[in-house]
Amino acid sequence: MNMPFYVAPEQMMKDRADYARKGIARGRSLVALECDAGVVIVAENPSRTLYKVSEIYDRIAFAGVGKYNEFQSLRIGGVRLADLKGYQYSPEDVSASSLANAYAQTLGQVFTHEMKPYEVEILVAQVGTSPGEPNQLFHILYDGTVMDEQGFTVLGGEAERIADAVRAAITDDITLADAVKLGARSLANDGEVLAAGQLEVALLDRTRPQRAFRRIKGTELEALLG
Amino acid sequence: MSEPTTLPFFASELDPGPSFMDLLRRVAPASLTQDLGTGRPDAFEITHATTVVAIRTADGVIMAGDRRATAGHLIANRRIEKVFAADDHSGVAIAGAAGPAVEMVRLFQVQLRHYEKVEGVQLSLEGKANQLAQMVRANLPAAMQGFVVIPLFAGFDQRRQRGRVFSYDATGGKYEEADFQTNGSGGVHARNWIKAGWHEGITAADGVALAIRSLFAAADEDAATGGPDLVRGIYPMVAVIDAEGFRLLDDDDVAARAQALLGGAERGGAESKGDAQS
Repeated sequence: MNMPFYVAPEQMMKDRADYARKGIARGRSLVALECDAGVVIVAENPSRTLYKVSEIYDRIAFAGVGKYNEFQSLRIGGVRLADLKGYQYSPEDVSASSLANAYAQTLGQVFTHEMKPYEVEILVAQVGTSPGEPNQLFHILYDGTVMDEQGFTVLGGEAERIADAVRAAITDDITLADAVKLGARSLANDGEVLAAGQLEVALLDRTRPQRAFRRIKGTELEALLG
Repeated sequence: MSEPTTLPFFASELDPGPSFMDLLRRVAPASLTQDLGTGRPDAFEITHATTVVAIRTADGVIMAGDRRATAGHLIANRRIEKVFAADDHSGVAIAGAAGPAVEMVRLFQVQLRHYEKVEGVQLSLEGKANQLAQMVRANLPAAMQGFVVIPLFAGFDQRRQRGRVFSYDATGGKYEEADFQTNGSGGVHARNWIKAGWHEGITAADGVALAIRSLFAAADEDAATGGPDLVRGIYPMVAVIDAEGFRLLDDDDVAARAQALLGGAERGGAESKGDAQS
């Protein structure tokens, strides 16, 4: 009979975290910013069809970096949970915070109990409806750690460098165009602005009555990037 | 009903895919199955929603419905809504047992949006019509006991760039209508009126007028269909669906258009005999 080697829990958690971090760092990053129009999410993503950013519910968006199939299954789980809740109660009862908790629970569970942790970081963003109502940005890590961010947040590898670049230029009342440009500039390595073809951009639009989520692409994106 | 708090994940053979109905069946079957026992319910009167119409026009479709719900010979509701946006380019109008019908619409709306979010693209108009057919079919056991729900579905087909109208029967049969269709207790009267006034290439404005007139005609002949209520300011619900999407006309707009009824052909039959010409 084979006796498994003893591994200290600290070591095991560290190994798993290193593994997840390495996987995440291999992918491209994204940044979410609060702006006058709502919450804009700018991702480096050359694909036109495999999205990193998508709609979860009327006022709630999802974004993921890392392993595509893993954050996709998390995304669909979130859509299911939100739609079930909205159907069984009311659309007003679907909130980003309860979704973030569900994600944290799942990711934490997988991190400690499964063969391998998810190599993902995700964002659950909610835009306020009335002018006074604040937006919410929940940044959730591979181990289920939840961070409640304000102003902006960065997901993926090189998060420190990108966050520094955003922090240096972001203002309280930044416009949509400036936010998109700032995101595109911060994501690029060399101080250049990423071109429209390298970007996936989506907006949770404060002014839209029901479904706030819309993609910004093509000529509209080019115009914003100026 | 189980309260959803954790992410629903499924083994691949049980995965509901983009279907919200199947998802409900997995996690909250009680909210779908209707075990009604046997026999028709005599203990109470079922609330019925009555007349609805859908008319294809040059650039889309018009859907409209009166505002009356009845329970037996009583009026159950004067302001019931029978015309709903299914999504941004299609609408559904209901006739039949009001309770299950309204619930079916709610499920249908969630289903369309759920599919779109999971798959990343919208269903085709035909696909939406078939989804609704499945829901009507799922209601068949209830229909056998008197809770019949018969929707009308219409929308703007963005691939074919034209309006389309679908009708159903209680078994879930789906039939595409060439030009228009009506439903509910006053549907026959409304349909005759539309038949007399419809022509290929009818404008949206004329289609709306025709819809309002046809509902008046239905209310005129059918006790379960409500006409315009001038005292309370209740008018039929009218929706226009075209390339720009689904929009409900507001009450003032419908009221203004309903004014055209005054002194129109509908006056015919007002007097019992004799001096109709005066």
